[in-house]
Amino acid sequence: MTGGPGSPAGLSGNSGNGSPAGSAKANTAAPSNRRPRRRTGRGAELWLLIFAAIIVTAALMIVELNQHQALKIELVYYGGGYLAVFAIAHVVVRALAPYADPLMLPLVALLNGLGLVMIYRLDLAEAAKHANATPQAPLQLLWTAVSLVLFLVTLLVIRDHTSLQSYPYTLAFAGLIFLALPAALPRSLSEVNGAKIWIRIPGLLSVQPSEFAKITLIVFAAAFLVSKRGVLSTAGPRFLGLTLPRIRDLGPLVALLAVSLGVLVVSNDLGPALLIFGVLLAMVYLATSRVSWLIIGLLAFAGGAVLAYQFVPHLRVRVDIWLHPFADPQGASYQLVQSLFGLGTGGIFGTGLGAGRPDIVPYASTDFITAALGEELGLVGLTAIIVCFMILVGRGMRAALAARDNFGSLLAAGLSFSIGLQVFVIIGGVTGLIPLTGLTTPFVSYGGSSLLANYIILALLLRISDSSRRPPVKQPRRTGTLAQARTEILSRSAK
Amino acid sequence: MPALILQLSRLGFLILLWLFILAAIRVIRSDMRVAAEGRVGVTAASKRQQRRNTIPARATALPGVRPSTLVVTAGSMAGTRLRLQNGPILIGRAEDSTLVLDDDFASTRHARLIQQGDWWAVEDLGSTNGTYLDRIKITATTPVPVGVPIRIGRSVMELRP
Repeated sequence: MTGGPGSPAGLSGNSGNGSPAGSAKANTAAPSNRRPRRRTGRGAELWLLIFAAIIVTAALMIVELNQHQALKIELVYYGGGYLAVFAIAHVVVRALAPYADPLMLPLVALLNGLGLVMIYRLDLAEAAKHANATPQAPLQLLWTAVSLVLFLVTLLVIRDHTSLQSYPYTLAFAGLIFLALPAALPRSLSEVNGAKIWIRIPGLLSVQPSEFAKITLIVFAAAFLVSKRGVLSTAGPRFLGLTLPRIRDLGPLVALLAVSLGVLVVSNDLGPALLIFGVLLAMVYLATSRVSWLIIGLLAFAGGAVLAYQFVPHLRVRVDIWLHPFADPQGASYQLVQSLFGLGTGGIFGTGLGAGRPDIVPYASTDFITAALGEELGLVGLTAIIVCFMILVGRGMRAALAARDNFGSLLAAGLSFSIGLQVFVIIGGVTGLIPLTGLTTPFVSYGGSSLLANYIILALLLRISDSSRRPPVKQPRRTGTLAQARTEILSRSAK
Repeated sequence: MPALILQLSRLGFLILLWLFILAAIRVIRSDMRVAAEGRVGVTAASKRQQRRNTIPARATALPGVRPSTLVVTAGSMAGTRLRLQNGPILIGRAEDSTLVLDDDFASTRHARLIQQGDWWAVEDLGSTNGTYLDRIKITATTPVPVGVPIRIGRSVMELRP
């Protein structure tokens, strides 16, 4: 219709494109002349969410069947709560980020739901062992609800992700102070299980600041690298065929990294330290596309690892457990050995939800939840979960590639890489591929801070993908004919 | 009998899990198809662009069209639109440019678009690699007709009504 030579729209498009020959063809091909109607993918998101809800409810029912329990009313509460919470999230995304990626929210919903079911299943096992065990599933469901509120708030406050670019140093300092706070607090307020990485408000809640500091550091790195990108990728002396970067260009980033790593190493929290280092290195590489940075970073990592092995006894124990897990199966390596036995018991198809003994592994609901899932769902099920993470990270990278600004691109890449690296580090640790470091499995593990921080990451990723997939805003129609007419009138009046 | 149900539920759940992944992959596929359709539009536009490039004289065919936007058609900033307002448009890699190019072949302060009455003209600011108005390297302030590509480094932009 717009291409019709007689219609005014066709005429305007014709003169607007300025191609006298074949203008009708050009007009139908040019998307700018069509109304900007593009599939938002919200329908697909809703269907996948319903699918995820069906899977989670099925998982819950299988757990109940295997545990020989009657289908209690509590079951309806959990399933209903889960559905309601994610239906609200879907409506929020529809309203606030209508063009956002349709896959991220359902994938997160499924992972979070499976985590909830597994935590509930572990609660049942704990309740069978001790009568006074506190159930974790209701708390985790509460944290999920709180996280989704925070998810909403993030989408609501950050209407445009480029606004984050304005205050990188403020964010970085806030993150750093938050990160260093547990080290400054007395042990009674900051120590849980030997790691001084918490801020505890006794009787109320405890927060793990490193999860949130990670996000602010990634935002800072994205903003900083975008502003320094040109200098970083060109300048520097050459040595052995590598273009060495000038250290002064990276000064603030290196200083920040050193301080945060120092804080984390001193407080015995090597998992987040590894994560932050890896993500920042990947972001520097993405921003500059220089292999020399990668080599320098990996050499620094190797040096740091050797030093840490020499001076941090905690790490030496971890490495020994990793190298010789069966040297002390009842002592130091009990947890890893039980995890490996669990995975072995699960085999290819698993024992079935609720039919295994994943509760034998200490901390099965936090660090070792993938071992619990691997035992009950087997290799096939655990692979499905890892594929879910892969798709999630892949969609994040897709948003990074499609982002219209460098900052959004780098931020999305950094955030999704952080999820991918975290999954690799913890599942690698649980399966004995790499030394175990304490990290949560994003969205699956029990833990409020981790859930909250990961939902903020999800909101940021959705925000960036929304802005990249949104069709360009149509210019107010100033037709060629009108412009020509106006020019004529002006020139006439000038004469 | 219950054992059979449990075995079936165990396998059924794994099948359900993988069906979800298949559904997710189908969504990705349809998403890629939408993106590819969008790209077909872009290639049609770029073909039109190429055709336009071979007829440099054509641009003067519409002398009366007043430009209102500057559109980047190629390079890392492709798709960027800039409303022409009063005052010059500074193009370059410098942070304070009106159009900040992320282009290794552009200079920090590369070129400037200035308004001359109803017209816009481009002026090179002593760039390393030069500014081209439709294949011709400009040496002085040159008026830019609507639809004629300005090449700066690897980026191409043009004025549109």
